[in-house]
This record gives sequence, C-alpha cells and structure tokens, in this order.
Amino acid sequence: MTGWQMLFYKEVLRFWKVSFQTVAAPVLTAVLYLLIFGHVLEDHVKVYDSISYTAFLVPGLVMMSVLQNAFANSSSSLIQSKIMGSLVFQLLTPLSHWAWFLAYVGSSTVRGLVVGLGVFVVTLAFAVPQFAAPLWIFVFALLGAALLATLGVIAGLWADKFDQLAAFQNFIIVPMTFLSGVFYSIASLPPFWQAVSHLNPFFYMIDGFRYGFFGQSDASPWLSLGIVGTAWLVVSLLAVHLLRTGYKIRS
Amino acid sequence: MHGFMPAVSFQSVSKTYSTPKGPFHALSGVSLDIEEGEFFGLLGPNGAGKTTLISILAGLARATQGRVLVQGCDVHADYANARRKLGVVPQELVFDPFFNVREALRFQSGYFGVRHNDDWIDELLSSLGLADKANANMRQLSGGMKRRVLVAQALVHKPPIIVLDEPTAGVDVELRQTLWHFIARLNKEGHTVLLTTHYLEEAEALCGRIAMLKNGRVVALDRTSELLKAASGNVLVFKTDSTLPPALAAQARVTGRVVQLAAHDAQDIEHHLAALREAGVDVQDVEIRRADLEDVFLSVMASATGGQTA
Repeated sequence: MTGWQMLFYKEVLRFWKVSFQTVAAPVLTAVLYLLIFGHVLEDHVKVYDSISYTAFLVPGLVMMSVLQNAFANSSSSLIQSKIMGSLVFQLLTPLSHWAWFLAYVGSSTVRGLVVGLGVFVVTLAFAVPQFAAPLWIFVFALLGAALLATLGVIAGLWADKFDQLAAFQNFIIVPMTFLSGVFYSIASLPPFWQAVSHLNPFFYMIDGFRYGFFGQSDASPWLSLGIVGTAWLVVSLLAVHLLRTGYKIRS
Repeated sequence: MHGFMPAVSFQSVSKTYSTPKGPFHALSGVSLDIEEGEFFGLLGPNGAGKTTLISILAGLARATQGRVLVQGCDVHADYANARRKLGVVPQELVFDPFFNVREALRFQSGYFGVRHNDDWIDELLSSLGLADKANANMRQLSGGMKRRVLVAQALVHKPPIIVLDEPTAGVDVELRQTLWHFIARLNKEGHTVLLTTHYLEEAEALCGRIAMLKNGRVVALDRTSELLKAASGNVLVFKTDSTLPPALAAQARVTGRVVQLAAHDAQDIEHHLAALREAGVDVQDVEIRRADLEDVFLSVMASATGGQTA
C-alpha cells in the first residue's frame, strides 16, 4: 500500500467505524423527506408527464444526500484532526499534497456514494425506478460527490472552529442544494428565478443526475457535464494549491 | 573531527511571525550541526525558540530565512526524503480517538510507505511496555501510555534521526526510566538523537553535546563536559529562615528556604560563610556540591545578550 492509499483507507475506516451516524442517519433523513413531501405533494405536483412526484423526487434526494455527505466527510475530518492536533501525524510524513488530495477527496466521494446508494435502495419501496441512461447517473453521482468532497477539503482547511464550518454548511451548501431543484423542476419557476437557478452549479448536478433516470431534464446533460466538470477543476486547483502551501496547517 | 555529512544542519535559520503587535522574531540566525550518532540536547527557557526550531526541522513550519538539511536533504525542497530520515515525537499529547494503538501504528507505517510492518510494530510495543495495549482505543489510555504511543509512532519507519520535544513533561518516574533506557539503546545502536527538555539533570546525564537557546539565538554550544568545566567549580548550599545580607542576596539562588551560592574555590566558600556569620544569619544543613548543568544554564541565561531585537 502506498502512502496515499493508506491515508485513503484510514479516512474510509474513520467514517465506517461510526457508520450509524455517518451513513444510517443521513439515509433516514432523506427517507423522511420522501415520505413527507411525497405524501403532501403527490397529487398536487406534476413535473414530467407519466412520472409520479415521488418518483421525480427520488433522484433529487439521492443526489442531495451524496452531495451533503461528501462535503461533511472531508470538512469534518480535517477540522477534527486540526482541533484535536492529530493532523500532526500526517504532517510529519512524506505524503505529498497530491496524496492528501486523492485520499480526502476519494474517501469523501466514497462516503457520498455509499449514503446515496443507501437512500436509493430504501426508496425502492416507494417508487419503481427507471434507468433511461445509467452512465449519466454514474457520471453525475461521481462528479458531484468529488466536487463537494473537494469543497469540503477547502472548508475544512479554512475553518478554525466548528461553528465556522457549520456556517459554511448552513449558509452556502444547504441553500445551494435546496434551491437547485431537488424538490421541483426549474421549469415551474418564474423566469427570474429560472435565470438565477441557472447560475447555481448544484442545479446542473441534480438536473444531469435526474436525466440519467428519466431521459428528461431542464438543461442538456452535456451542458451540465461541462459546467460541473469545470467547477470541479477550478475547485480542485484551489484545494491542491492550499494543500501544497500548507494553508493553515503548516506555519 | 569528522569528514562526513552532519545528521542535521541548521544554517542561519530565522523565523519571524507577524503578530498584531508587529513582527516577532522567534529565531534569529540559528546555525548548528548535529553529527551522526550524537545525543544532542537543545535547552532554553520557555519561548526561547526550541519548538520552533524543531517544527522547522520537521516541516511543520517554514523558516523565514536560512535552511535546514537532514543528512544532506533540504527539509523544504526535498521534504519527502528529509522526513523519511526523521522520527519526531511531538510535545503535545495528541491522538486520533477513532483508532486503537495497532491501527495508529499501521497507518503511520503506511504513510511512510512501509508495508507489512507488524514484526517491528510488535517489537516497539514490547520495548515500550505497550504489548497489552495493542488493541486498546487511544481514548482509553492514560497520559503516560499515550506518550509511549507517540514514541512508537515516531519510530515505525526506523528513522536514523530521532527528535524528542520535551518527551518527559508531566511523565512519571517509571515511564521516564523506560523511555530513557529505550532511547539510550537506540542511540547506542547508531541513531542520532535530538532532545529538548526542561529537566537539566536528564540532559546532563544523556546528552554528549548541548546547545542553549535564548530569545531565538544560540547562547552556548559545546560538549556537556566542557560546559560543566567552564562553570564555577562548586556550589555552597544551605538552609535558612533569615534574610541574606544584600551583597550575598544579589548572587544567591533562593528556592524557598534553600540558598545556593556559586563558589570557585575554598577561599570563596570561606568568604561566603564569614559574610553570613557577620550578618548573624542562622544557617542549617550546610553542604558543598559540584556545579551541575542547572548552574551552567542559569549563569549562561543570566549573562547571555540574546535580547529580543524587534
């Protein structure tokens, strides 16, 4: 096992050892959303013809869980070991900034995908899934998880205290996910809010992911892929730069 | 004296932190070489820059000026090779609460690219008296046990150079004995050891050579035996409840009832006792002892001009 693989393994084991809290809890949260919104809105909202609201909701909830958990994993792991001081064990090693990047982004992507898969499996009890273009499902899940995992690395390095990280999560990550079309189609919004939504990169992740299930979407999946892919590249460049210069972890 | 590359070479190392009150010079032009196989002590009062110097060596901080080489590898430009040669025991008692002792040691091996390390891990565990704690979670260990794990973590990759930053701070006598026995053995086997400590009797007993830091500068650097030789030969020690005459009070080291006065020779001692008698000071438990490293340390710190230059 090379250095980055060991760090990746350690990070996966870290969340897996407390999987009740890191996997089971977010699955339960997503299922509660499905039960409540599905029950209330099933007969009132029609997004795509021939697709029930509950069926429409499933991919959005799965993606939301993937994104939030990928972010939570890298950011909380980094800030915990910064505050506990145990980050020093990694800082003393020959691990390169690329090794750190691969391990944190990789392990957090795994956590996002595991939670997303868990949510999806449970929702099978409520709606029969379609798989119009499975490759798109996989591509957007992977890319979305990696993007949020990378954002988590940046937030985890930047934050000095837990409440700063919570603010980042509550005021940036959660609103951007909720306003990205998890619970509705952007097409149902007034033109102004449609335009605003098109500026939110989270919209393209969820829209592209949903395309994989239904073969229908608000934007072209290729456009979504371009935007999400570019966003990930930009965020990755920043994260690698911060790791290389030891931002807030080496004085 | 030697024709080989030093184990560690600090070359004009300076470190300046910017603070709200202006720049703070933690280190100002520190230069010193530690030779292969040495047991080297780095002493100084709190805030002298010992931990900053070690942090720069370990890659936890970056020098503002100057450079540090570990067996010829620059700690910044060639950090991966430099860090492979170092085993650093951090000062803070830190641990990862998610894992047990063996897991922590396996991870640490893996970060250094060492595979299948269980034989060496088992040897470390038994040498440090941790064999029965291998599967205990880090949270369940006492402070002393956590300290031993820190030492084991620093040694998983068999580094030629061992750096210990105040390893015995707040540690009980038994662990100190175990630890020094083990570190002395590693030194005998050829490992270079760099130690910072507040316990001067430990430094005197273990270190062949010593550097003293004050306000970020080296104020003394010599073989321990030479430093001891340079000090006043003897110390007059006694106990008293009375006030000392001003002339003696100025040069005395007073700890509660215990008074210590430096004395070069018998005449000095005679002189001190006469002054005490004259002042009517009632003294008990009078003894004369050889000057030790603490006396050297205090006289170096008192006379050194390593003042803060802002």
